[in-house]
Amino acid sequence: MKFLTEYRDPEVAKQYLEEIKKVVTRPWTIMEVCGGQTHSLVKNGILELLPEQINMVHGPGCPVCVTPLNLIDKAIYLAEEKNVILCSFGDMLRVPGSKRSLLEAKANGADIRILYSPLEAVKIARENPDREVVFFAVGFETTAPANALSVIHAHRFGLTNYSILASHVLVPPAIEAVMEDDESSIQGFLAAGHVCAIMGIMEYYPLVERFNVPVVVTGFEPIDLLQGILMTVRQLEKGEAKVENQYTRIVLEEGNMNAQDIIYTVFEVTDRLWRGMEIIPMSGYQVKSEYAAYDANQKYDIDIEEAPENEECIAGEIMKGIRKPIDCQHFGKKCKPENPIGAPMVSSEGACAAYYHFSGAIHKIEEQLS
Amino acid sequence: MSNRRKVQLQCPMPKLDFDVITLGHGSGGILTNQLLDKGVFDLLKNEILDQRHDGAFLEFDGRVAFTTDSFVVSPIFFPGGNIGDLAIHGTVNDLAMCGATPKYLSLSFIIEEGLKMTEFWEVLYAIKDACEQSGVQIVTGDTKVVERGKGDKLFINTTGIGELHPKADISVANIKVGDKIIVSDQIATHGIAIMSIRKGLEFETTIKSDTRYLNYIVEDLLDNFDSDVHLLKDPTRGGMATVLTEIARDTGLGIDIDQKELPIDDQVKGACEILGLDPLYVANEGIFICVVSADKADECVNLLHKHEHCTHAVIVGEVVDEHLRQVVLTSAIGGRRVVNMLVGEQLPRIC
Repeated sequence: MKFLTEYRDPEVAKQYLEEIKKVVTRPWTIMEVCGGQTHSLVKNGILELLPEQINMVHGPGCPVCVTPLNLIDKAIYLAEEKNVILCSFGDMLRVPGSKRSLLEAKANGADIRILYSPLEAVKIARENPDREVVFFAVGFETTAPANALSVIHAHRFGLTNYSILASHVLVPPAIEAVMEDDESSIQGFLAAGHVCAIMGIMEYYPLVERFNVPVVVTGFEPIDLLQGILMTVRQLEKGEAKVENQYTRIVLEEGNMNAQDIIYTVFEVTDRLWRGMEIIPMSGYQVKSEYAAYDANQKYDIDIEEAPENEECIAGEIMKGIRKPIDCQHFGKKCKPENPIGAPMVSSEGACAAYYHFSGAIHKIEEQLS
Repeated sequence: MSNRRKVQLQCPMPKLDFDVITLGHGSGGILTNQLLDKGVFDLLKNEILDQRHDGAFLEFDGRVAFTTDSFVVSPIFFPGGNIGDLAIHGTVNDLAMCGATPKYLSLSFIIEEGLKMTEFWEVLYAIKDACEQSGVQIVTGDTKVVERGKGDKLFINTTGIGELHPKADISVANIKVGDKIIVSDQIATHGIAIMSIRKGLEFETTIKSDTRYLNYIVEDLLDNFDSDVHLLKDPTRGGMATVLTEIARDTGLGIDIDQKELPIDDQVKGACEILGLDPLYVANEGIFICVVSADKADECVNLLHKHEHCTHAVIVGEVVDEHLRQVVLTSAIGGRRVVNMLVGEQLPRIC
């Protein structure tokens, strides 16, 4: 299949692996920022094929994992108490809130619908003028344009029954938070290709300068990842720190200007709480005041208490790459995808889920237990 | 929906006094009888059903296989079929997977009031077609109607009985190290066809469900390879990954599969990539997995290739004496990873 098979070619993969082995002379710790990259690394068995000196650690790039507990509770509250049609991307549904997940709320009778595009939610709002429709707008810069576009469409149609519950987060401030953490041992980054497709790569120059780390914008297919790793290792071995773009077939230096225009029409940058981490300054989007009518946070009187996070979950440390899922005492034991303690075990982008589903090491843990 | 089966002229819908099904049609009274007389009994006519007794009287020689399944697919019409033929094929195929020749089926409807008669007729017609093609008879059944909101248009249960093939010896216990794992055709087609029209997730595609009967293919396989066919499984819900992990668990042996051998239609592959679904976990209807003796595997594949719907049959893996109770997949680039059972439902991802 065009644009896929050529990036999964075993011969090319072999050549990259050999080149990486040739170049690497000492241990390096590299963070793949995006959960999609983590999954591709484990799903394709790449971690096993890499030389031992290369330690890949996953980053905070799982939108589902970093969506605050309180916001999931808010979404459930809207669906259950305000009788709205709550629309969401599929993988938010299993994430545990303080009492239950959206999937459990759905089973209890709440009208929760899985959509692939927020524009579908606008369609539902048009088809159901007597019902309120809320789209749970989570994600990084990647999903922001479509979510913003849904607000623009709703505005254009004159809809008064559509709003979004926005929880957008941004990648560069998260990389900054990782590097500022004293325990962090990250020496290089594979930046998230799809985020850069929207935002471009300019935001990374100041980061590289400030922290003196290589940042390589990388795609998601096996060959992309191997090439990204090779480019990072080459920089590290030479003592360089610069921004490079591996994902040139998708990512332009300036990004997608149209998409950015749409984002900044509807959203503005704000401080944002990251689940399992802390409030990171200027790390998210909120709906601008001129579109307040489409902001579920402002539209509804949401009366819920702030619930504490489950202290047993070490998601924050995992998402900063300080610890790996298998370092968690509950991993594969008390915490499994069917009974998760924290979000990273649930989401299709979550690091714990990736390690649990695809890594052979897990089975060994389970065998020891049984 | 353009690709839906059209009710054909030789079997027109009878003239009825009603155009939607109401609670009365499930009451057992006049309306029920009207619905049955002019619909179900007429269309699915056979000697046993015509007796219209409380149950059917059946005769068998030797061992039989017995299975049941409920069908709740939504939407009830989808590219390549509808809930009617799905309900027949599902039970026929379950019997075939036991190594049996499907003979008789029961058919029960749970209808949500308000279902259009034209839709019900279309489903019935698909049932009639599927029965004729797969050589089974509906011999008993039931119809209930529930209030609006208490169902999802139409649920169907079918139960089936079939006579075991004299040469069949299908059992997990027969599987041994070295056995080859064959998949009969392209995977993940049905699940993606359903997904493509599910509300909120619609995408443009020409992918059709592969719902079909497999009994004659299986019969041919057993006629030729009898006890060398160790296990037959149709990987419906949970997909191939679920069936393979079950086999690994039940045999206590390991299974190796090769990702680059997995037969997947390009459109299906593309849809899986876009939606973030792993084709190994996507539901199938018209394919099966068979575990066969290593020395007969190539011949089995050659035989399958002669059947219209098995042209992509291929050996995808083998049973091994390593990583016990585990399925290990060799990825396209040569990396290896464990394949686990599906947790919950596969949900489309965010990005």
